[in-house]
Amino acid sequence: MMFEYAPAPESRDIVDIRSSYGMFVDGDFVDGTGPSFKTINPATEEPLAEIAGASAEDVDRAVQAARKAFAVWSAMPGAERAKYLFRIARIIQERARELAVLESLDNGKPIRESRDVDLPLVAAHFFYYAGWADKLEYAGYGTRPIGVAGQVIPWNFPLLMLAWKVAPALACGNTVVLKPAETTPLTALLFAEICRQADLPPGVVNIVTGAGDVGAAVVAHPDVNKVAFTGSTEVGRLIARNVAGTAKKLTLELGGKAANIVYADAAIDQAVEGIVNGIFFNQGHVCCAGSRLLVQESVAGELLESLKRRLGTLRLGDPLDKNTDIGAINSAAQLAKIRELSEIGDQEGAERWSPPCAIPERGYWFPPTVFTGVAQSHRIAREEIFGPVLSVLTFRTPEEAVQKANNTPYGLSAGVWTEKASLMLWTADRLRAGVVWSNTFNRFDPASPFGGYKESGYGREGGRHGLEAYLAT
Amino acid sequence: MSTTTSIDVASSNATLRAFLHGLPGVDRVGADGRAAMLGTRSIKTTAKRQAIDLAISMVDLTTLEGADTPGKVRAMCAKAVHPDPANPDVPKVAAVCVYPDLVAEAVPAVRGSGVKVASVATAFPSGRSSLEVKVTDTALAVAAGADEVDMVIDRGAFLAGDYLKVYEEIVAIKAACGPAHLKVILETGELSTYDNVRRASWLAMLAGGDFIKTSTGKVQPAATLPVTLVMLEAVRDFLAATGRKVGVKPAGGIRTTKDAIKMLVLVNETVGDGWLHPDWFRLGASSVLNDLLMQRQKQDTGRYSGPDYFTLD
Repeated sequence: MMFEYAPAPESRDIVDIRSSYGMFVDGDFVDGTGPSFKTINPATEEPLAEIAGASAEDVDRAVQAARKAFAVWSAMPGAERAKYLFRIARIIQERARELAVLESLDNGKPIRESRDVDLPLVAAHFFYYAGWADKLEYAGYGTRPIGVAGQVIPWNFPLLMLAWKVAPALACGNTVVLKPAETTPLTALLFAEICRQADLPPGVVNIVTGAGDVGAAVVAHPDVNKVAFTGSTEVGRLIARNVAGTAKKLTLELGGKAANIVYADAAIDQAVEGIVNGIFFNQGHVCCAGSRLLVQESVAGELLESLKRRLGTLRLGDPLDKNTDIGAINSAAQLAKIRELSEIGDQEGAERWSPPCAIPERGYWFPPTVFTGVAQSHRIAREEIFGPVLSVLTFRTPEEAVQKANNTPYGLSAGVWTEKASLMLWTADRLRAGVVWSNTFNRFDPASPFGGYKESGYGREGGRHGLEAYLAT
Repeated sequence: MSTTTSIDVASSNATLRAFLHGLPGVDRVGADGRAAMLGTRSIKTTAKRQAIDLAISMVDLTTLEGADTPGKVRAMCAKAVHPDPANPDVPKVAAVCVYPDLVAEAVPAVRGSGVKVASVATAFPSGRSSLEVKVTDTALAVAAGADEVDMVIDRGAFLAGDYLKVYEEIVAIKAACGPAHLKVILETGELSTYDNVRRASWLAMLAGGDFIKTSTGKVQPAATLPVTLVMLEAVRDFLAATGRKVGVKPAGGIRTTKDAIKMLVLVNETVGDGWLHPDWFRLGASSVLNDLLMQRQKQDTGRYSGPDYFTLD
């Protein structure tokens, strides 16, 4: 018999979305003097709210507010700063459902992920760095904060990337001016409300909204001491050029084209889960996504059959439905990019496969897609697609696996699947990637540093190492 | 089966070991994670109603106590046939499961209803006896009218690596079953690793078991979600490899409607529709039935009744 799951939508009533939002400067929501813009729900294309746009003057006001607050915040004992961060973490937990629903509405990611992955990690990050605030002298990077941090974050994990940036900055005694992505500003603005709820001193956190030009203004502002950016390698290069020759400290977390290496002796069922989680988690909008599957020849057929069967059970649709596995693509622009690169894959001679899957009429959607017969030289094996598209390559020997895995300008992450510990260690030792997952993928923990090799960026976020970027070493 | 060019995997302990240890491993963290994720599926309204009725029809209503009496077994059989006497549209359960000496009580009590009689056998629950005793135990249960036999494997032999002994015992019990269906209880709570669960599953299927069953209910942990997941993967792979379909029965620890529905979700998303039928999936339980009935009534009336409105046999 057929067992069909009835719709199980999470209620959106829990979150109160205002029709318009100002920026958050010096503890207050203020109008912007730049062009305002709309943020939409990518699953339905309905506008969610009108957002104030920042001008260069607004950015300047925000930086000045942060500078003023720096005097207060940096002078505060670490234990006192920790209290604020713990309070913020607890409020995030209390308001987790509200934040999760808002994140799914604005970003398009399934509520199961925003509820079970994003929000728990966001709170964990604040708790983790709250714990460091009064123990900085034991971290080995000194205890002196840098000053005002200008932070520009992407749309794929809006609130989580905010947490990665804001929590360590504040723990070390810096103040921040943060620019969320223009397609996903809502949870950052709700976070601003949480800062007020936690009585965070005005100016410690400032949020300016707008498109790339606002981010550029934050980065270029002469009174910013530290720049942190997560996003595309292309924009990362511009930022590096802009910051070059200044005293600003810089960390970049950029693109990736991670290899997920499956050896013949891997635990096949769990490897299949890992592949699915590696590339279809968050619609593949993950910089460390396992977008290149490298599978050992002798099990390739069997593994692909299992993988295809598994993909047939993925549930694509309403991000607020608790049973949805694949949500909406975040924007029309991103959807166009995914389509373009997939068509290039077809033209290059790779074979495209997707499970039968109904695509909603409105909104931005792309079915889970697997390309087989992919060569290293294909663009879909080299360029970051940032969507639910997996390129499958095979290898014969461990040497070949490592060679192919490292043959990319990127080096953010990699996965290795084998039941043989010696092979696991041999492989992990040779992979040029900031994170190597052993028999798992896309697993995050605030205690674990994250960052790239090569064109995936520099600097580390998370863990003790993540403090270095926010201390004057 | 054995020819000059292929090796019968059961021809010796060495070949059996080579085969079973050649199966892909199971990563515990990954299996636990997958089961936990499937446990978050939200089954509501029409889907919940459908799942409740399906779950009721899959229950092996069980009593396996030293204190069991003929009267208790008869009462349980009456409930198996009509789980909710006031509600004739409630489906009957799949089977009743009793000790061998009470099979003769159960058979007339369910005759003509379509409810099967299952008997545990082979020195249940420990399995610690000679093969002769186990075979006789089985034969007596079948002679008394059991449609299904739930045997336990010799976990001691399995853990000692004596796979051939376990295999041959299952083959012998299968022969003693005659037309009765054989469910092989792995007692996964004593097997300690998911690799062992997968190997024991394959061993039981190779030896001819019609069903593989997690537990006796006397050992904790019993039917956990990840163990059931691993066993479902095993029957799926066995069907693909051999063309023979084997059923799965989690038993022990399934107490609530939520537990039962999680099991159905596992089946649905691991092996699919083909196993969503009492012929291929059973829930070994007793107390879960009343909770299913209570949830069913809640769906019909919008209110919960007190536990006193559901019979305790």
